Amino acid sequence: MTTPNVVLHVADVHKRFGGLHALADIDLQVEEGQTHAIIGPNGAGKSTLLNVIIGKLAPSSGQVVFDGAILTGRKPYEINQLGIARVFQTPEIFADLSVLHNVMIPALAKRDGAFKLNLLRSLDSETGIRQEAEDMLEDVGMHSRREMAAGSLSRGDKRRMELAMCLIQHPRLLLLDEPTAGMSRHDTNTTIELLKKIKSRGMTKVIIEHDMHVVFSLADKISVLAQGRIIADGTPDQVRGNPKVQEAYLGGAH
Amino acid sequence: MTVMSRNDLLLFLGFTVVVLAMPIWLHPFGAAYPDLLQRFMIYGIFAVGFNILFGLTGYLSFGHAAFFGVGSYAAVWSFKLLSLDAIPAMIFAIVISGLFALIIGYVSLRRSGIYFSILTLAFAQMSYNLAYSVLTPITNGETGLQLTLNDPRYLDRAMFEAAPGQPVPTLLGQSLGGFAGFYFCAGFLILAFFIAQRITSSPFGMMLKGIKSNQTRMNYTGFNTKPYTLAAFVISGMYAGLAGALLAVTDPLAGAERMQWTASGEVVLMTILGGAGTLVGPVIGAWLIKYFENIFSAINENILHRFFDFLPDGVDNVLVAISSKFVGEGWFLTLGLVFVLIVVFLPGGIMEGVRRIAHLFDRSRRSPTKPGKATPHPQPAE
Amino acid sequence: MFEVIFLQFLNGLDKGAAYALIALGLTLVFGTLGVVNFAHGALFMLGAFCAVMFRQLLTLETVTLDPEKLSPWGAPLEIREPLVQAWFGDFGAVLVNYSVPASIIITIPIMLLVGIALERGIIKHFYKRPHAEQILVTFGLAIVAQEVIKSFFGPNPIPQPMPTDLRGAADIGAFLGMQANVITYPIWRLIYFLFSFVIIGGVFAFLQFTTFGMVVRAGMADRETVGLLGINIDRRFTIMFGLAAVVAGLAGVMYTPLLPPNYHIGMDFLVLSFVVVVVGGMGSLPGAVAAGFLLGILQSFASMTQVKALIPGIDQIIIYLVAVVILLVLPRGLFGRRGVMEA
Repeated sequence: MTTPNVVLHVADVHKRFGGLHALADIDLQVEEGQTHAIIGPNGAGKSTLLNVIIGKLAPSSGQVVFDGAILTGRKPYEINQLGIARVFQTPEIFADLSVLHNVMIPALAKRDGAFKLNLLRSLDSETGIRQEAEDMLEDVGMHSRREMAAGSLSRGDKRRMELAMCLIQHPRLLLLDEPTAGMSRHDTNTTIELLKKIKSRGMTKVIIEHDMHVVFSLADKISVLAQGRIIADGTPDQVRGNPKVQEAYLGGAH
Repeated sequence: MTVMSRNDLLLFLGFTVVVLAMPIWLHPFGAAYPDLLQRFMIYGIFAVGFNILFGLTGYLSFGHAAFFGVGSYAAVWSFKLLSLDAIPAMIFAIVISGLFALIIGYVSLRRSGIYFSILTLAFAQMSYNLAYSVLTPITNGETGLQLTLNDPRYLDRAMFEAAPGQPVPTLLGQSLGGFAGFYFCAGFLILAFFIAQRITSSPFGMMLKGIKSNQTRMNYTGFNTKPYTLAAFVISGMYAGLAGALLAVTDPLAGAERMQWTASGEVVLMTILGGAGTLVGPVIGAWLIKYFENIFSAINENILHRFFDFLPDGVDNVLVAISSKFVGEGWFLTLGLVFVLIVVFLPGGIMEGVRRIAHLFDRSRRSPTKPGKATPHPQPAE
Repeated sequence: MFEVIFLQFLNGLDKGAAYALIALGLTLVFGTLGVVNFAHGALFMLGAFCAVMFRQLLTLETVTLDPEKLSPWGAPLEIREPLVQAWFGDFGAVLVNYSVPASIIITIPIMLLVGIALERGIIKHFYKRPHAEQILVTFGLAIVAQEVIKSFFGPNPIPQPMPTDLRGAADIGAFLGMQANVITYPIWRLIYFLFSFVIIGGVFAFLQFTTFGMVVRAGMADRETVGLLGINIDRRFTIMFGLAAVVAGLAGVMYTPLLPPNYHIGMDFLVLSFVVVVVGGMGSLPGAVAAGFLLGILQSFASMTQVKALIPGIDQIIIYLVAVVILLVLPRGLFGRRGVMEA
């Protein structure tokens, strides 16, 4: 057995807002290829943690290391260019543009980098990128809707498209912030199916979720957050069996 | 260079024909004289350029007249110092206004939304105030910068004897008065339109639309949005400078009032009226505003009396009294009202109106039992 | 030296007061309704023309010919008598003399009506629309307002005399126990400054001590929550817009003796006031007031000949320059809160 390769290391992170200790002593290691879920009751600091990882918030102390690179203090686009893609709680999409273009844009970011002044080239001549986007849409089952304006999609389809936007970049790490929040049962199930499907591709994922059904059907590893601290860490079975978790979270929630 | 799609090519060819044939088809409208046609071209370029910033990225600049004015000043200085030929003046104006836009854009684009609008407004007002005060040696203050017989014109004088008489801009020795001036400007409008078309359909243009649609997503998708917006800002500043320079070619007198914020407002009006974010909309907006400005400003009470002559005396006078408020000096009142109505009822401008009408026809043509397939429906600019 | 500085300080106060009043209204509208109102300067201008109109009404005259007396050209002498004087005698004469402050009586209802009509008619439909469209529609309204005024009152500035008793200057230096006749200050400008203080104080007191004000302040802090409380915030918004219009109008009325109003006076002040609002911090009422005075005083110092000799043209651009620097260094302005209009 080889030592697992840690892709993302949240090292000793603290975050204070004024007097409030939002995150305390967070140490988290995400291994390559795994789906790592972070769960916890509302107000436990899940979103704060995600925002610290993605660079939106600066930690009060500690740092976040991704594959040897320190993320702390970097801009969102730099973090993305390092290979981290993010799915938001409410889908962040280009509502005015067509579904196909929504998916082509991230593909261009992957190929051309953070800025390229390619203003006299025609988008129509980007046949490679277009094909890639169409294949991706086929993959998530949205090919037939590729010409629709993204804003007119249903919430489930928006999420699906947003996932396609992230996946087309072949990120090394995918962050999912409550991917099924506010969805109907049906949309939740199709999203879980989709996430399971992409799981086989060996992409590392960090998923924040409070829907236990989603978490236990996807995660390889779970960290439980309560009041800004990690109170348990382990496989779904270990976490399920952990009395501390039952007391702090599962017991209270069920 | 890569191929143009068939639709783009048709649009471009159609646009070219419409522009070049303007002296013919505008004849019945009484607008086929060079002076007005030149203004159509110049403000068309201004609006096309403004749309590259506002229409594509959604950044609303209230300071573009500054670049227009800088272009005018730069062109007149080129006439004075270098040569009366229009080409060096154009190049000089585009370069200078581009640099100016680079500086102002770099600072202003550190903020977005309303703050960006106010920063651009502040810069434009600064430029305007300075042009009237300390920069008088460069701008000649209220009188405006004009050509004189004693201008050095180093390039010209190095090559040949100065021609006698009042200096006027030329192109390779040919005068640019009358229709020659129009075709000179028309060439630039067509080129400007072509480049705008290329930009819109390029990956770069797609990024600009992405920025307008959702800047957060752009950032998390790995784009550094700042250089994109700055590039768009500089390009549209260069368009404005080109337009200003052309105005100086047709009338070599540059005044500071071209930089005032009402002038910036005017190009916003043109773009919105035609349809921000569309290619031809801003040009149509510019043409309509300049056309009706020309018509409405010329109408006076005498003309109105003749117009309402068929009515009984009392009614006649009342109608003349009311309508005279909207013409002549009152043209801006009409413009303001039209503008308010457009923003309230048709925020996508005339192009959205055209689209809606086309949509209606489309629907009535189809049989009601067979619902049309989901058509791509690009949202009009906000 | 102290006198010079003190004098420049005083000189900046009246302009600063005008900026502060306009910026206050802008901020009220922006903070409560979330609307960027480019027509706010036009409201200032309309107020100024309330004074003009009031005076024109007051000075309507009867002309009678006196056949007994002949003018030097041999025509019968015209006797002009203002109607108010004919009807009310001495009181009428006083009224004409004090036409500017007296016109406040008509300005308040007129501006309130204009404000409410604007809000109900147009602005209300723009709450949910993008800021760019709000700017555009109010910009259009501003053009309409100023063109209407232009078509009725002409393009030229119309001077408004200040009451005869209030002309001249007050010896502020002597009043403060300094040497006499060193620091003098025109009385009307002093009045304008005090007037602005009363209005600003009134607005703050209104917001602080009335239930209405409390709801509005809560709405400024967090619109959604107030909406959730089931409070009918719409009607309050309408009233707030009317109030902002009245404040702008009053600022305009009282400014007329200092600067003869023309149709584009509002636009001139609007651009500056926006800069003031941004410097003060979008959405902050104390910020608007403080920045108004600050920029007025700065402008006054920048127009000192010594300063101008040092940095030519500084008086023309100082306000914009300060705005640019503040926006870049303190992105939220002097008193701005986080998250206001960041989109």
